Amino acid sequence: MTTLTTALAPGSAPARAEASYAGRRRRKLIVAALVFSGLAALPYGIRDVYLQNVLILTLMYAALSQSWNILGGYCGQVSLGHALYFGFGAYATSVLFVNYGVLPWFGMLAGGALSAVVALILGYPCFRLAGHYFSIATIVIAEIGLLLVHNWEFVGGAMGIQWPFNPDSWWTLQFARDKVPYVHFAVGFLAVVWFVTWLIEGSRWGYWWRAVKDDAQAAESLGVEVFRSKMAAAAVSAFFTAIGGGFYAAYVSYIDPESVMSFRFSLLFALPAVLGGIGTLWGPLVGAAILIPLTEISRSYLGGSGNGLDLMLYGVLVMVVALARPEGVLSLFRRTRKARNEEATP
Amino acid sequence: MTTQALVQVLASGLLMGLIYALIAVGLSLIFGLMDVVNFAHGEFLMLAMYATFGLVLVTRLDPVVLMPLVAALLFMLGAAAYMGVVRFAMRAKANQGMVQIFATFGLAILLQGAAQYLFTPDYRNVQDTWLGGRTLELGGIFLPWPQIFGAVVSLAAFGGLHLLMSRTDFGRALEATREDQGAVALVGIDRNRVFALGWGLGAALVGLAGAVLAIFYYIHPQVGASFALIAYVTVALGGFGSVGGALVAGIIVGLVEAFTAVILPPALKSVGVYALYLAVVFARPQGLFGRL
Repeated sequence: MTTLTTALAPGSAPARAEASYAGRRRRKLIVAALVFSGLAALPYGIRDVYLQNVLILTLMYAALSQSWNILGGYCGQVSLGHALYFGFGAYATSVLFVNYGVLPWFGMLAGGALSAVVALILGYPCFRLAGHYFSIATIVIAEIGLLLVHNWEFVGGAMGIQWPFNPDSWWTLQFARDKVPYVHFAVGFLAVVWFVTWLIEGSRWGYWWRAVKDDAQAAESLGVEVFRSKMAAAAVSAFFTAIGGGFYAAYVSYIDPESVMSFRFSLLFALPAVLGGIGTLWGPLVGAAILIPLTEISRSYLGGSGNGLDLMLYGVLVMVVALARPEGVLSLFRRTRKARNEEATP
Repeated sequence: MTTQALVQVLASGLLMGLIYALIAVGLSLIFGLMDVVNFAHGEFLMLAMYATFGLVLVTRLDPVVLMPLVAALLFMLGAAAYMGVVRFAMRAKANQGMVQIFATFGLAILLQGAAQYLFTPDYRNVQDTWLGGRTLELGGIFLPWPQIFGAVVSLAAFGGLHLLMSRTDFGRALEATREDQGAVALVGIDRNRVFALGWGLGAALVGLAGAVLAIFYYIHPQVGASFALIAYVTVALGGFGSVGGALVAGIIVGLVEAFTAVILPPALKSVGVYALYLAVVFARPQGLFGRL
């Protein structure tokens, strides 16, 4: 309760703490600018195409995990059905581009808007469900979406959609000869999602969401509009997940239902956040930086013949991390900072 | 639809539904005991199918005879999963719900990988079984013997479970632990032991289901995933933790699936089940027989 009340009333803190709070938030922004610039420069140092691919996937999953984190980490609603929105983004972008020639940029936004609306419609009944009932409902809804897309001929059915080959261009987001532009798009995408999360963290919504996560009933009694909080978080989260889906479709230039909407994607969005630290600005990036290279590299070196060794390693990793660091890898650093703060304030 | 066709769909749905109930009940039992959803439940089922396949190859005995052995193996797997993984997940102070999801999910991936490593991703089936491929014809209604056998095993398992829960010391300890985990420690019940045995029991039940499924279903490393989702739906439909709910919900799921397959293309047969699940939990968030 104490965390809740202080979280809801940031203005009541002493002026000095207020100033240091604003300073800390500004510092986060500067650190982020440095980190993202560094990431954008990385592909010039790494010329290996395979490693660039790993980098792109890592950045993409970091952004997608941050999108999931907005609903799952900040607002505490553990969705295991975000593959639905990822699929919407991928399909909206692909159908609009391949069938109607609409540039992927607009297709992504359309997919994002569609996903946000769908998230609001689905949120209406789903947010009445608690805990496991909510999580399983999200799995089931995503699975229905997968089955329907599978059998919907207009979007290619089980065959999927193949993007045509075009000359390299930022307009169509197609780069056959060089992966560096994809790295830059992924960094930009991650930076935008990060920045929106940063904005939310300091806004009224951010405080509301964390209050809902900590104790929805107590939050309600203090005047937090719990239902509206969840709806808003779901819409923002779904929007960015769909943008990621659109990017993924442009990057791999071929999609089918299984390759963009299967359950494993829902988990892949949640895992980096859980691994790095849910409800934090850097958790998803840290988690993705550990998880994605490990799975990609172990898949190429261990699982080449589908022998399952890479899966075994991945499974053990997921278990060990979940058990050893329930608060995520980032908590290793936070503990030392908290200890320092406690020493500093008498 | 003729009466005969209607009876055929009803009977097939009922038989499959009882098997779904048997797949789901272990999951529900464990949840009722300690509020944990086992995300490796489908992989337990998959391993039971492989165990049946492997034992048939080695011993040349019929899968029906090997069933108790498969159940015993799964009992050990379940107890080991609790002692080796879940026990530690229960200790997490932060994000306990997510730690449980991802700890058991990591176990699921590990087991899937192990199955792929040991048995390759090829599709297998148990050949030369006494029941396999046989069908009972009753006045124009066709019922496969493996499913009939599965339904009987399921009913027997539910009966046995009921007796176990109501008549034995272990059952009473289980029930007491469900009611109040703190209080049982005061009367000298070792909570850890009850949990481990509960996990063993839940896994043994899904082991029976796997041995039944192995008689008439293809076996591959991902086979658990498709049944797992049906099992979660069944458990949530019946109400998490309710053993009777799992039985009723399993039958409903089987019937709805059978009817959906008649109305919609076969590929969409699960849509009816999922839609029903959503309709029920939206109207009654705790499931049919669950407590909030």
